[in-house]
Amino acid sequence: MKQLTLAVAMGLLAATGVAQARDNIEIVGSSTVYPFSTAVAEQFAKKTGMAAPKVESTGTGGGMKLFCAGAGIDTPDITNASRRMKKKEMEDCLKNGVNEVTEIKVGFDGIAVGNHKSAQPIKLSRRELYLALAKDVPADPNGELIPNPYTTWKQVNPELADIKIEVMGPPPTSGTRDALAELGMEKGCNLFKGMPELKKKDEKAHKAACTAVREDGHYIESGENDNLIVQKLQANPNAVGIFGYSFYDQNRDSLQAATIDGKEISYENISSGKYPLSRPLFFYVKNSHVGQVPGIKEFMAEFTSEEALSADGYLADKGLVALPANEKAASATAAASMATVAASVLK
Amino acid sequence: MSTTTERVKATLGKRYAREKRFRFYGLASIALSILFLVILLADIIGKGYPAFTSTYIKLDVQLDAQTLGVSADSTPEQLRTANYNTVVQNSLNTLIPGVTERKEKKALKSLVSGDAQYELQRRVMDDPTLIGTNQSVWVLADDDIDTYYKGNIDRTLPEGDRRIKDFQLTWLDKLEADGRIESQFNTIFFTRGDSREPEEAGILSALIGSFYTLLVTLSLSFPIGVAAALYLEEFAPKNNFWVDLIEVNINNLAAVPSIVFGLLGLAVFIQLFGVPRSAPLVGGLVLTLMTLPTIIIAARAALRAVPPSIREGALGIGASKTQTVFQNVLPLAMPGILTGTIIGMAQALGETAPLLMIGMIAFIMDVPSSVTSPSTVLPVQIYLWSDSPERAFTERTSAAIMVLLAFLVSMNLLAVILRKRFERRW
Repeated sequence: MKQLTLAVAMGLLAATGVAQARDNIEIVGSSTVYPFSTAVAEQFAKKTGMAAPKVESTGTGGGMKLFCAGAGIDTPDITNASRRMKKKEMEDCLKNGVNEVTEIKVGFDGIAVGNHKSAQPIKLSRRELYLALAKDVPADPNGELIPNPYTTWKQVNPELADIKIEVMGPPPTSGTRDALAELGMEKGCNLFKGMPELKKKDEKAHKAACTAVREDGHYIESGENDNLIVQKLQANPNAVGIFGYSFYDQNRDSLQAATIDGKEISYENISSGKYPLSRPLFFYVKNSHVGQVPGIKEFMAEFTSEEALSADGYLADKGLVALPANEKAASATAAASMATVAASVLK
Repeated sequence: MSTTTERVKATLGKRYAREKRFRFYGLASIALSILFLVILLADIIGKGYPAFTSTYIKLDVQLDAQTLGVSADSTPEQLRTANYNTVVQNSLNTLIPGVTERKEKKALKSLVSGDAQYELQRRVMDDPTLIGTNQSVWVLADDDIDTYYKGNIDRTLPEGDRRIKDFQLTWLDKLEADGRIESQFNTIFFTRGDSREPEEAGILSALIGSFYTLLVTLSLSFPIGVAAALYLEEFAPKNNFWVDLIEVNINNLAAVPSIVFGLLGLAVFIQLFGVPRSAPLVGGLVLTLMTLPTIIIAARAALRAVPPSIREGALGIGASKTQTVFQNVLPLAMPGILTGTIIGMAQALGETAPLLMIGMIAFIMDVPSSVTSPSTVLPVQIYLWSDSPERAFTERTSAAIMVLLAFLVSMNLLAVILRKRFERRW
């Protein structure tokens, strides 16, 4: 016991001395980009023989907060994001002395709406998705908001099956949920009379009307774990799940995905932007850390290499949908030149 | 017969029945707990045991100097970056000739794991004289192939629904007929850190991370906890307001949700003291805060259970208060204190919530070398794997749970042995 205490006391002493220098890259951010970022980190470590980067899955917002906390060496070098950096986040960065940030787009992710193979395949429009999931929906014909009265799919659209609406999806903390709200529900919502005008007039009220998800038991928050949603769908063929494209790709033998606005979820449709529920993925690099932490440039080169990013690349195997050729070239150039992103181009 | 006896007789049946019922309830609850335990274990073991084997494919590789671009006297750096990929590719091409279509070419390449070229790299770096020779090497198969051989991909399904297509099945059947496919014990699982490729993923970095974290926790919380308990129980003034206040607070702390300690750790240890994020040191510090109340409460109970006659006897023959406490009371209380400590440690071992705040939910490939290197812990590794899309991670998740349980059982076993050694009766 004595020796043990001694050893730890020595470790504690050593820790205070070495807290400043580090030889491994620190990456934080989106849980959606995490599987891709870790795969690149692994390849990078194997190829260069440098220390393996540490990749934390903190969520996009959490990652931005850590990333923009300061320019010191104790802050992360890279943050992953499943949406573009917000202007507010960039301002936060600038305030804390993080002046030069490089933005690199790496690909797309699609959000699948699906159910078990044994059930009827579904066809949805974003309008129907909105009607099935929203907390309040506009009542015909004057567009006044009423609490969502729909309990079966058939009520939403007579062509859909006469089964109870049961949707298992991610909780509000998830980036997938943000994307679902923004790309699916909001677009569906704007088809209703008065909604686009409302957005101009009162953005907050519009957001509440369009992206608030119902809490009456028809939408079941199933945690950040997409595997869990997949398992629950296997147990309950009447339920519909919302999960990432890579989970659908891995479980094609038991799941089928709904078509959204007539477009089926496929690699090609996400890549070309035809599938409506798809979003771009990014990572952001703190330029001032290049040179202070070894390997950042090499890591960026690995992430934007053909071997990783192309449609045959190892990230495509992990479920990343590749960028079109011109955007891919732009990403590689950005990684090489470390072009900084200006706050003015962000929203 | 007296009236008393009659009254007793009248209710006797009822009393017997009540006793029987009570015994039945007790038995039923034990049976129920055992049933749940068995279901849980059966599920975990049933899902997890396939992870302990991996599928290997035998390749005949030509390590010729020209393809590799190196010679036997190249520097280690040149050997490390030599073109092993092409060597693997060539050997696959000779194994299954005539593949021209782009999609099939890609499938052929991913028949073996990405580890195959690094396997060759390791061999050549260990023994550069291999350059120029032909070797037969067993290399890891891709996780999809592994999943197929473990019976988790049904080849009777329509082709579109399978991760393995018909042409791949033809190849695999051919390879199998040639005796080139074998299942071997999965040593990688115990000797490597995390990986994004299921077949290369191992538990070692998390295991060592857990070990370091618990080491820090134990070596801080045990002495502090025991010292606090000793003072409060043996030396502190009785019926003093401040002492009572401290006692109430310790009891309250034991019930504080662990995530709160994580937030505290983030604010104090990381932001104020600059302890590195994601390190076992900061994890251990946070878990120390969490386990301290448990240890203090258990230690105090154990100290109180030592009969006063022991103290009085020691004081009576002239021992000082400190001598009494350290030579007589503490050794007798030790078994109880150890039990409390082990319970606290077991709690700490399974904790993930506070570690979320201090960056230990992370992808760590390298095995941590000290308490300040980035690391993760076993329950976090389980969580991360359970959240990975690849099928083959499912079995690894269960296997990791088995490792965690084994770790826990051996910790408890140690506690039982220590307790038996220290135990005294009076």
